[in-house]
Amino acid sequence: MKILKLIFKNSLRHKLRTALTIFGIAIAVIAFGLLRTVVTAWYSSVKAASANRLIVRQSVSFIFPLPYSYREKIAQVPGVKEVTFANWFGGTYIDKNNFFARLAVDADTYFEVYNEFVLPKDQLDTFKKERNSCVIGADIAKKYHLKLGDVITLDGDIYPGRWEFVVRGIYQPKFKSTDAMQMLFHWSYLDETMKQEMPGRAGDVGWFVVLINDPAQSASISNQIDGIFNNSTAETKTETEAAFQQGFIQSSSAIITSMNFISFVIIGIIMLVLGNTMIMSARERTREYAVLKTLGFSGKHLAGIILGESLLISFLGGGIGLLLTFPIVSGFSQFIPKGIFPVFEIEPITIIFSCGSAILIGIVAALFPIQRALTTRIVDGIRFSG
Amino acid sequence: MADIIQVKNVSKSYWRDSIETSVLHDISLDIKEGEFMALMGPSGSGKTTLLNLISGIDKPTRGEIIINGTDISRLNESSLAKWRSNNIGFVFQFYNLIPVLTAFENVELPILLTKLSKAERKQHVETALNIVGLNDRMDHYPKQLSGGQEQRVAIARAIVTDPVILVADEPTGDLDRNSAGEILILMERLNQEFNKTILMVTHDPHAASKAHVIRHLEKGDLIQETV
Ligand SMILES: Nc1ncnc2c1ncn2[C@@H]1O[C@H](COP(=O)(O)OP(=O)(O)OP(=O)(O)O)[C@@H](O)[C@H]1O
Ligand SMILES: [Mg+2]
Repeated sequence: MKILKLIFKNSLRHKLRTALTIFGIAIAVIAFGLLRTVVTAWYSSVKAASANRLIVRQSVSFIFPLPYSYREKIAQVPGVKEVTFANWFGGTYIDKNNFFARLAVDADTYFEVYNEFVLPKDQLDTFKKERNSCVIGADIAKKYHLKLGDVITLDGDIYPGRWEFVVRGIYQPKFKSTDAMQMLFHWSYLDETMKQEMPGRAGDVGWFVVLINDPAQSASISNQIDGIFNNSTAETKTETEAAFQQGFIQSSSAIITSMNFISFVIIGIIMLVLGNTMIMSARERTREYAVLKTLGFSGKHLAGIILGESLLISFLGGGIGLLLTFPIVSGFSQFIPKGIFPVFEIEPITIIFSCGSAILIGIVAALFPIQRALTTRIVDGIRFSG
Repeated sequence: MADIIQVKNVSKSYWRDSIETSVLHDISLDIKEGEFMALMGPSGSGKTTLLNLISGIDKPTRGEIIINGTDISRLNESSLAKWRSNNIGFVFQFYNLIPVLTAFENVELPILLTKLSKAERKQHVETALNIVGLNDRMDHYPKQLSGGQEQRVAIARAIVTDPVILVADEPTGDLDRNSAGEILILMERLNQEFNKTILMVTHDPHAASKAHVIRHLEKGDLIQETV
C-alpha cells in the first residue's frame, strides 16, 4: 500500500529509540519463552504420569520404607492387575554432578508395569537372569557413552559401599515425555546385600507401583489399599502416579506458579514499553497528523499509520525474540540436569502465545495514540507546539 | 465574476470552562473567483480563525459559509475532509512538511488519496514542483532545503490537486526578504496564470500590496478597505 512507506519511514525517525524498543521487546519475548518452557516442561512431567498406575507409599513420607510383605496383600485387592516396587538408591556416579534416577526395582515385573520403557526381549531376559546387571535409559547411554556389557560403578550413600552393575539392557522411551534417564537394577541384589550387612534394613521397599485395570477405579482401590494397612506400624498413602509426581515436585510448585505469573507480567511490561514509545511518537507528530487531516486524510488513514508502525515494531521485536528463544532454550537445557524434566522444549503453544502477544501488544500500544490523533481537532493540532 | 466564497453573518466563539470568548462577530465577506485577497489585522484579531472557517478545518458557531455553491458549515467530518482535499490548497506559516518524506513524497501526499496511478501521480508531482521551480530538489528532505524552498514545496503540495482556492496563513512570516519576495511572486503567478482564488493572511504591508483587495480584521470585526 501507498502509506507503507510512510509507516516505515516513521518508525525509522528515531532510530535509537526504535532499536531500543525492538531490543526490549525481543528480550521480553525471550524471557517469556524461557519461563513458559519451564512451566510447560513441569506440567508435562506430571502429564507423562500414567493414569492406570497407583503409587503406594508410607503415609508420613516417601522417604520411609514399607515392608516387602505388603506386596501380596495389595495384589489381592480386586481391580489390581500387577504390583511392582522400587527403592530410591541415590549414590554417586563418577561425580556429584551426574544426576539421574537410580532405582532398585523388581526385575520380574517392573518393565511390565512401565511399558513405556521399551526393552528388547533378549535384553530383558538377560537382565532378569543376572543378579548384578542393570538397565539404563537411552539418554544415559548416549550421555556417558555406555554400551551393553559396560560396568557402572556407583558410590552408595543411602546404601553405603561400592556397587558395580553390568549394563545388560538399554531401554528406549516410547513417548517424547518418557524419561530416558533412569538406571534400574535388581532389588533382590540390593536386598541380599542388606541381609548380610544391615539386617535391619532387609526387606525394605521404597514404594509399590500398582497397575490397575480401570483408571476410573483409582480412588476406590486407593482407599481399599490404605484400609488394609490402617493401624499397622507402616500406614500407607496411595495415590495416582500423577498426584504422586505432583507431590514429589510440590516444593517447586510455588516457584512454577510465580513463573507462570511473571511470564504474563512480562507481556504487560512490553505493552508499557511499546505504548510509551508510541505515545511519545504520537505526541511529537501531533502537528503532522493535523496537517495530514487537513490534506484530507481520514481517521482510518491515521489509525492505519499509527497501528502499522506499532505492529511493525512489535513484530520485529517479537520475531527476533522468538528466533533467539530457540538457541537460548536449548542452551539453557544443557544446564538443567537431565532427568529433572523429561521434556524441555519450546511447545507450539508457547510460540502461539508469543505471536499472539506480539499482535496484542502492537494493537494495545497503538490505542491511546490513535484515540488522541482522532480526537485532536485540526485547528488545535496545527497550533500545537510540542 | 461570480462570488466563489460567500461568508454570511458568521460568528465564532470558543468556550473554556463554560466561559464564551467571542472571536469573530457577525462577519460577512464575499470573494470573487480569481481574486487575490489579503487579510490583515493585529495579532489575535481572528485572521487565522476566519481562514480556518473558510477552508473547512473549523466550523462557525453561527452563520453560513458557501463555497462554490456548497454550504460547508453543514457538511459532516468525513465529507468535509473529502471536500477539502478537492477544493482547497493550504499553505502554512511554518511549511508543515513531513520531515521523513522527500520533497517529492511530501507533494505526493494529497494525491495518494486519489485513484491516480503511480505514473500519473509522478506526472502531477513533477508538474507542481516545476511550477514552484524545484524540479532539481525532488529527492531532498525538508531539512536539506532552505526556508524559502520548503515553503515552495509546501505550495507545490497545495496545488498538486489543482484546487480552485488557495489559502495561506502568513506564508512569508518566517522568511527573509528575498525568499518572501520569491513566494509572493509565485502567489501572483498562481493567481494570474493558473487562475487560483487566493486568500492570504499577512502582517506585511508589502506582501499585502500584491493582492487586489485588502481586508482588515479588528478584534473580530471586518473593516472594508480596497486598494
Ligand atoms: N482553539 C482555540 N481555543 C481558544 N481560543 C482560541 C483558539 N484559537 C484561537 N483562539 C483565540 O481567538 C483569538 C483569535 O485568534 P487567531 O489565531 O484567529 O488570531 P490571529 O488574528 O490569527 O492572530 P495572529 O496574527 O497572532 O496569528 C485569539 O484571542 C485566540 O486566543
Ligand atoms: Mg494567525
